[in-house]
Amino acid sequence: MTTTQQIITIVMVVLGTMTTRFLPFILFPANKETPHFIQSLGKVLPSAALGLLVIYCLKDINLLAGNHGIPELIAVAFVVFLHVLKRNMLLSISGGTFLYMVLISVVF
Amino acid sequence: MFNVKQKSAFKAAFPYTLPILTGFLFLGIAYGIYMISLGFSPIFPILMSLFIFAGSMEFVTANLLLSGFNPIGAFLLTLMVNARHLFYGLSMLDKYQAAGKVSPYLIFGMCDESFSINASTTVPLGVSAGDFYFFVTLLNHLYWVAGATIGALFGSLLPFYPQGLDFVMTALLVVIFLEQWLKDKDHQSALIGMGLTLISLLIFGSDRFVIPAMIAILLVLIPLSRQKEGLKE
Repeated sequence: MTTTQQIITIVMVVLGTMTTRFLPFILFPANKETPHFIQSLGKVLPSAALGLLVIYCLKDINLLAGNHGIPELIAVAFVVFLHVLKRNMLLSISGGTFLYMVLISVVF
Repeated sequence: MFNVKQKSAFKAAFPYTLPILTGFLFLGIAYGIYMISLGFSPIFPILMSLFIFAGSMEFVTANLLLSGFNPIGAFLLTLMVNARHLFYGLSMLDKYQAAGKVSPYLIFGMCDESFSINASTTVPLGVSAGDFYFFVTLLNHLYWVAGATIGALFGSLLPFYPQGLDFVMTALLVVIFLEQWLKDKDHQSALIGMGLTLISLLIFGSDRFVIPAMIAILLVLIPLSRQKEGLKE
């Protein structure tokens, strides 16, 4: 690829990303009444989107090979445990990450 | 530079972005080093992190730049990789449209992490929601560009590379999901989102599960949300 072609490729990626981010706002602008079912959907969608995102983060775990995703699953369980116990966001995240780093370097 | 009201929004927003400071610096540095290792000049990762601002897609783009020239293919691939952002927009319609003149920037910068924080956080009393969303988005954007820049310019000087630090992003999303869970009165929507995505992952594999999962979620949630609204009226 020439430099010009590379720049065009990057611009296309920027346009693609912006399409996925702006499209809902272009389809349902503030000055027009948003269809009722989209309003209803908007209320329940955040929780579902966060659920999707959690799985998305863990998508590359292979349960059948390597360490079978055991360090990830232990560390996620530890994050949940810490967070339910102390409800302190930074503590849960740093505790879980530290445990994960120890697990992959020392145990697995 | 900022007035008193904006300063209070900054102070409220900053602690929420601390895990992302760690995660984005680390991943950004990794991305910068990766681009240099492929033979790109530092200006590439710096500008790509600034303008694309979608982490996983930037790694994909590195490979696109090394294969044959196919701009339409690049556009369509980006739509597929980033399709999940459509859900974020639908979730944030009211909140971001009410944010005034920073609204276009909030939408531009709506990466997974900024969406998660802005969708799940109850903005403290006395703090303008628009300013809070703005600082969360801006700080995350700055962390990512700073990471990519450090990696691109100084990556070769780093003495070691902390294995597993990228888990900080997974931990963050798990905590945000939990917070939302503890806030929700019923957990139907969270379970539907997680369950259908998991089923889709098992059926379609890690490269192509997001779009079938999104379609399945919409098919279940649209009738369900109408039914719930009907019950309230």
